[in-house]
Formats: sequence, structure tokens, C-alpha cells
Amino acid sequence: MDILLSHGSVLVLIAAAVGFFMAWGIGANDVANAMGTSVGSKALTIKQAIIIAMVFEFAGAYLAGGEVTSTIRKGIIDASYFVDTPELLVFGMISALFAAATWLLIASILGWPVSTTHSIVGAIIGFAAFGVSPDTVAWGKVLGIVGSWIVTPLISGVIAFLIFNSAQKLIFDTDHPLKQAKRYVPFYMMLAGFVLALVTIKKGLKHVGLDIGATEGYIYAIAVSVIVALIGKFFIGRLKFDEKASKNDHYANVEKVFAVLMVVTACCMAFAHGSNDVANAIGPLAAVVGIVDNGGEIVKKTPLAWWILPLGGFGIVAGLAIFGHRVIATIGKGITHLTPSRGFAAELAAACTVVIASGTGLPISTTQTLVGAVLGVGMARGIAAINMGVVRNIVVSWVITLPVGAGLSIFFFTIMKAVFA
Amino acid sequence: MARNSILGVFAKSPIKPLEKHIRMVTKCCNQLIPFFAACAEQDWTTAAKVRKKLSKLEQDADVLKRKLRLELPGGLFMPVDRADLLELLTQQDKIANKAKDIAGRVLGRKLEIPEAIQEQFSAYLQRCIDAAEKAADAINELDDLLETGFRGREVELVENMINQLDEIENDTDTMQVELRHDLMLIENTINPIDAMFLYQIIEWVGDLADLAERVGARLEILLARN
Repeated sequence: MDILLSHGSVLVLIAAAVGFFMAWGIGANDVANAMGTSVGSKALTIKQAIIIAMVFEFAGAYLAGGEVTSTIRKGIIDASYFVDTPELLVFGMISALFAAATWLLIASILGWPVSTTHSIVGAIIGFAAFGVSPDTVAWGKVLGIVGSWIVTPLISGVIAFLIFNSAQKLIFDTDHPLKQAKRYVPFYMMLAGFVLALVTIKKGLKHVGLDIGATEGYIYAIAVSVIVALIGKFFIGRLKFDEKASKNDHYANVEKVFAVLMVVTACCMAFAHGSNDVANAIGPLAAVVGIVDNGGEIVKKTPLAWWILPLGGFGIVAGLAIFGHRVIATIGKGITHLTPSRGFAAELAAACTVVIASGTGLPISTTQTLVGAVLGVGMARGIAAINMGVVRNIVVSWVITLPVGAGLSIFFFTIMKAVFA
Repeated sequence: MARNSILGVFAKSPIKPLEKHIRMVTKCCNQLIPFFAACAEQDWTTAAKVRKKLSKLEQDADVLKRKLRLELPGGLFMPVDRADLLELLTQQDKIANKAKDIAGRVLGRKLEIPEAIQEQFSAYLQRCIDAAEKAADAINELDDLLETGFRGREVELVENMINQLDEIENDTDTMQVELRHDLMLIENTINPIDAMFLYQIIEWVGDLADLAERVGARLEILLARN
């Protein structure tokens, strides 16, 4: 207890530093999920992608990141066990951050795809269950989280399948695909805008100080979606088409229209990613700050400190700015054969799923939803070839991440206890 | 730097190389026209040069074929059946092999097409090559087919092409019957062994169209399963 009083500010500083480091890792690593496809299909240049990613990741983190943060902060662990030993919770959360960030770094160096969400959840379970006692973990809640990792890829797969099929029916399988594309693509933009706006309004604006009622929320969301669609329509109108294109090349023109849509879905994806994944970095930090600020008391309802969300947002943006372009460059070359018309369905579905799930407060894995969505488009015969071997490896790396995260966090937790106690 | 997980999920599309392959095959067949023109002139050095070019194209097609086979590991999840795709590739490759055989055989024996049937033979050869070209056009639609998910209008378009291919093949059959008949009328005037080989060459040229039709058939199977 007195540790918290004497070293409180030091601990908060440490937690903030590691949290920032973790956010930075998330920005550097996962940016590709959001932007890779657009750069790969030449819808955006790398520079544009970075700028868009920065704006939307930050907006997502700041406006819609609160919900998941509270789950990471309070949901996984039953705080009542720590009433007498709040310092253990503080050490644990810092260790969890350390562990997850370290594992992210190692995986990045080795080029393994890991899920930031998995690593932080694994780390928190690790220190609580093995470092303290298995009873401290809210296993019901954890089961829910793990269940969501299975359910969300399925959901995004189904959504992607439906979106791609609808695009086929409305656009590709018609006499004039280009005319149809010009007509219907704005509606897909509307859908994207609507989902994002709705979640932001419903979940995000509370802590910014705006409280909007349900009906009003829907009205605003619809307004935003219409504005998005109009902007999209304007850009589609400005496109120059090769009018003389023969029957064989008309799909090239259709792709141009979809490229505009791709930019919108990339924004969605960045926003969704920011809102969901920022919590992985700042959830534990928020827990530490909450305990220290209350002088060691674990209070059920502490508001998120005002500086925490922006810190996470800036962390992600910093990671993007420094490493993002390198990551995107490698990706962009890799998936040039993914055309906008196929990529948009996967991205839109993944973004919707993440955003909806963030709204429920479940920390889901962005990578997982995207892989699920890609498989969904594949099922709808929208992708030329999916490498199932790689998909298997990704799944394996997810599974491995949990015990590794847990192990590392136990290790750091033991060290911290030794140092401070 | 981290290689993103999503990147590896997208395997290289097999469709583009398949199209490239059939283009190469038709290019190879097209060499038969200058080849037989040189033979008619009895210009064997030029004929040898053209055969070399043809054989080089056939080898390139082989290299591409091998590469494609290696690029299609079993773990790929594709909108088309992998076995169908490889079968299609094998059929495509047979066309080039046949063209190479024809050129090799004719040059090896310095076989001349008799004056009386030369014009008829040229038309026949051209028609057989047309079949290969038509097959290439149909294969060329594959990426658009993928775009539409093997549905609706695009499929009809390809079905039409395959029907046209069948018609061309029918044409070549009729031409072949006539050509063989006309050769029979003059076969006593030429060396019997040459005559035997001429019959064989006529048959082989006809095989070009048959094989092209088979490519169409494989493509149809590929579409039918979807």
C-alpha cells in the first residue's frame, strides 16, 4: 500500500512509457491491416495512406476507444481480490504491458503475425492466474472474449460474403457494369459511413462531453452517411474513363470506381482499428492510473483520465509515422493482384465487425476479423487464390501468443515484485 | 520489419500466367505459317530458322507451365478447382508440343506439300490455327469470369466462344476430309513414303484444332462446376 503512495508517480510514469511503447508497436505493426490493401491495389499512394491512417486511427482511438479500454481494464480480472493488495494489480498491469510489448517486438523482428489483442489478454490472464491466484481471473468474461475470437471472424466472413455477392448481383453481373458501379458504389460508402458514425455517436462521444439520445444518434448517423456518399459521388464523377475501352477492358474502368470506395473502406478500417486496438495499450495503463490516483483504493467507477486516450492515439500515430511506410511498402508490393472490387468487401466487412464488437466492449482481434473477411470473399469466389498454408500459420501464431504472453508477464511480474517489495 | 500476416494470405493468382501461357502457345502455332511458306519455297535454311524460333517458344511455354504447376500448391483455396486448372494447362501445352512435332517432322524429311494441294493446305492450316486463337480468347476471359464469380453474362460470353471454337473445329474436319481426298488423287505422282508422311502431317495439323477444342471443353468443365 505505502509503495503506491511513495512510488505512485514513478509507477504511473513507467506504465505510461510502456503503454506508449505498446501503442507505438500497434501502430507500426497493424497499420498494414488497414492500409495494405488500398496501397496494394494502387488506390492510394503510401504517403496518402499514412496521412489517412494517422487521422482515422487517432479519431478511432480518441472517439470510440473508451469502451474496449474498460473491458481490458476491469473485465478480465475480478478486482475484488486485489482490495488488500492493490500494488499487485499495479505491478501486474505494468508487467502485462511489458510482456505484450516485448512479444510484439520479438514477433515483429521475426516477421510473425501476432494479434495485439491476444498478447495483452494473455498477459493479463498470465500474471493474475499464475502470479496471484486463478480465482482472480473473471473466467466467464475471458470465455466471452475467447469466444468472440471465434465468432467475430465468422461474422465478418459472412458479412464479406454478403457484400461481395451483392456487388456481383448489382454491378458485375449486368449489361453495363460501369454504369451500375457509378450508381451503387455510393451506397456502399453510405453503409460504411453509417456504421462508423453510429458507433462513434453511441459509444464515443460521451467522454468528449457530448451525450446524444438514441433517435438523434440515428439521425446524425444517417446525415453523416449521406454526406460520405455525396463526397464519394463527387470523386467518382471526377474520374476519367477510357470511353473507347473494348468489351474486354470494361472491368478496368469499374475498378477505378471501386478504388474510390476502397479509400473510404480503408478509412473505416483505420478508424475501427484505432477504436479497438488502442485499448490493448492503454487499458492496463488506465487501470494503473486509476489505482494510484485513488491512493490505492480500487474503485469500481473511475472515469478514464483525460490524457490516457490521446496518449494511446499519439502512440499509434507515432508508430505509423516512423515505421508505417516501410510496412506498407512491403505489403503494397505483395498484393497487387488484389483488385479494389475484391478488397473493399473484405475491408468493409472487417471494419463493420470490429466497430460493432468494439461497441459491445469486447476486445477482438482486428487481424482475425480481416482474415475471416478475406476468407468470406474467397468463398464468394472473389479472390483468385488464398494461401491456406499461410492462414494456418496465422491461426497457429494466434494460439501461441496466449501462453507466450502469459509466460512473459509472469516473468516480469516476479521481477517487479522483487524490485519494489 | 514485420511482414504483415494479411500479406501472405493472398497467393498469386493462377489466372494471369494461364492466359500468358495460352498466348505463348498460339504464338508458337502461328510460326507454322511462315514455316510452311518457307517449305513451299524450298528455302530450307529459313525453314530451319523458323523451326528454331518455334521450338524456343515451345520451351518458354514449358518453363511457364512448370512454374505454374509449382505455384499451385495443394493448400490454395481457389474459386476454381485446382485439378481442373492443371488439366487445362496440360491441354494448352499439348497444342504447342504438336506444333513443334509438325515442324520437326516436316523439316527432318524436307517434306514438300505438292503444288496441287498447297493452297488448300494453307487454308486448312490457317483454320486450325484459328481454333487455337479462339481457345486463347476464351481463356483470356477467365479473369473477367473471376470478377463476376462465374456467373451470368460473362459465362454466356465464354459459352459462345466455346461454341464458335467447336464450329471452327468442325470446319477443319470437313477441310481435312477434302484435303485427304485430293491428296489421294495425286498420291501416285509422289514418293510413297512422302505420301504416307503427308497424310500424317495433315492429321497432325488437324490435331491442333482438336486440342484447341479440348481446351475449350476443359474450360467448360471448369465453369460447369461453379
